Amino acid sequence: MTMESSKVSYYINKDFYESLIEGLKGWEGKSKYAAPDTWREIELLLYREARLLDEGKMEEWLELFSSECLYWIPITPGGGNPLKEVSLAFDDRRRLEDRIYRLRTGYAWSQIPASRTLRILGNIEVWDDGENQVRAKANFMLNEFRAGRQKLYSGWYGYHLKKEDGEWKITVRQVNLIDSDQGHENLTFLL
Amino acid sequence: MGKARQWDELIKRDRVHQKLYTDPEIFAEEMTNIFGMTWVYVAHESEIPNVNDYKTGFLGKRPIIIVRDRENMFRVLFNRCTHRGATVCREHRGSAKAFICPYHGWTFKNNGELAGVPWPKGYGEGFQKEEWGLKQVRTESYRGFIFATINQDAPSLFEYLGAARTYLDQWLDRYDGKNIVVGNPHRMVYKGNWKLTYDNAGDGYHVSFSHRSLFETAARMGENKDMTYFAENPDYSEMTIQYLGNGHTMIDQRPNYKSTGDYWKQQRPQPGREPYEQMIREKYKEDADRLLDQAIGAQMNLNIFPNLLIIGNQIQVIQPHDVDKTELIWYSTTVEGLPEEINTLRMRTQEDFPAFGEPDDMTNFEECHLGLTIPEVEWVSIGRGLGVPGRQAVAENGVISGPVTDELYLRHYYQEWKRLMSEPYKTASKKGVSAT
Repeated sequence: MTMESSKVSYYINKDFYESLIEGLKGWEGKSKYAAPDTWREIELLLYREARLLDEGKMEEWLELFSSECLYWIPITPGGGNPLKEVSLAFDDRRRLEDRIYRLRTGYAWSQIPASRTLRILGNIEVWDDGENQVRAKANFMLNEFRAGRQKLYSGWYGYHLKKEDGEWKITVRQVNLIDSDQGHENLTFLL
Repeated sequence: MGKARQWDELIKRDRVHQKLYTDPEIFAEEMTNIFGMTWVYVAHESEIPNVNDYKTGFLGKRPIIIVRDRENMFRVLFNRCTHRGATVCREHRGSAKAFICPYHGWTFKNNGELAGVPWPKGYGEGFQKEEWGLKQVRTESYRGFIFATINQDAPSLFEYLGAARTYLDQWLDRYDGKNIVVGNPHRMVYKGNWKLTYDNAGDGYHVSFSHRSLFETAARMGENKDMTYFAENPDYSEMTIQYLGNGHTMIDQRPNYKSTGDYWKQQRPQPGREPYEQMIREKYKEDADRLLDQAIGAQMNLNIFPNLLIIGNQIQVIQPHDVDKTELIWYSTTVEGLPEEINTLRMRTQEDFPAFGEPDDMTNFEECHLGLTIPEVEWVSIGRGLGVPGRQAVAENGVISGPVTDELYLRHYYQEWKRLMSEPYKTASKKGVSAT
């Protein structure tokens, strides 16, 4: 899985950070809820996304993302300031591919055996930002089983999506654990 | 306190006993004799930058408050109301002129003095406020790093750091007098003994195997990146493992980085690498390589016994919770006065190893701990390098060094461990703690 597209990565620039941080200020803003058709499309995409992760189909899951995307798990609840803070993950497309590639090497001891996960989404909301762009928010409860123990993670997903060639693609996927700033044992599976 | 143990039966030249990792009684003794009697890192001054700022933490398992008091003096206070025992401060960080116990309202100035109690007339004449201040712990700083100890007779921090001080200086002097600022931590927990981390911190032997997934990932673009120089027999490299005295150890990877710009070149690509590099090169021209190197770790693993690990650009703190539960707190760092682009790149660099390297280590620590619970298999082998002629060198300052996969650092730090564990524990109430 070496994609030419991710050999270089130019889009995580100052504008990118600026608009990401601006977007953290609130979900409603000036945008309205998306129309029922769009809402349904997004809802189904989120369910499919959750299922692909729970099935371990990481490469198919990756196809849901734009070539310029962010997989972000902040440590500071709500997001904080990624310019000056570290996150549990702040992956551009290239590092997200790295993440999956590593899990597939057969030597990622923290995922041998692999986690089994099951996530329930709820409280889905979808906002239409116009110009084929939407944002969505969903709460999740995620059960993870590995090495004889089951753990429960809770939080919410925040999505930015964009229609590319008639298909919705994820541009930002922000995973917000309610205990993101606390110690966790092994967050190497895809959240 | 405690029974006299026969440590020589548990610590031998080429092996140590599994009980050192799994016995709850030994762990309890460590929390007094090591995380008590020796200097323990508790905070960095930049985390409490203003007068009245504080953070809470632990000295071993004892809750403490580290405060820059109203007179700009650093103090470490036991976070324990002298009245009935409740913690008086329950936030991670903040600013406060006084700590008011939420239980009965006893109020302490941030220098620890008892300022007042509700309805004082209910106390008789024998009640002396001076006696009931928050208990203070001996504290000293070195270049921003704050340490504390229960032991009033311990040598100065300066002396304790010893040969490690030179390397800490080198780590700090990368920035030409600019100060580091300690930022938000990434916390991680594993079910295993704290020493599994300390053992690993000086371990150049595990890298090529434990982190194989990282190497393969680094190679997916067809280039060798980061620590891949560990993959060929690293004993033939110029890297060394060093025992610095007082339990401190050090892996020096810097010989792999010969010229300015090598650190930047060798680093696995972090998000934003290309646009930020472009900005830096345009703005800083011939100084760009030097600056870009400062977005990358120092390639030193400096381990200050028992709980402070300087790794890359991060400050990793070992926080034992129980004999089989340990928290690792990876504090990020920025540097005051560096271009903001470099500081942002530092954040993305510092997210790499904690996500793709450390989890595999922690899994191995957990599995080590599980294996070590088998009482019938008694020994942990720490003999690599022992009895091999010409492998070790002793410098004039006493620093012992050898090829990077050598286990000499384990053998030596365990001697220090044994020394500390053999000392009688002097309880804090006698001399180590005073009321004001």
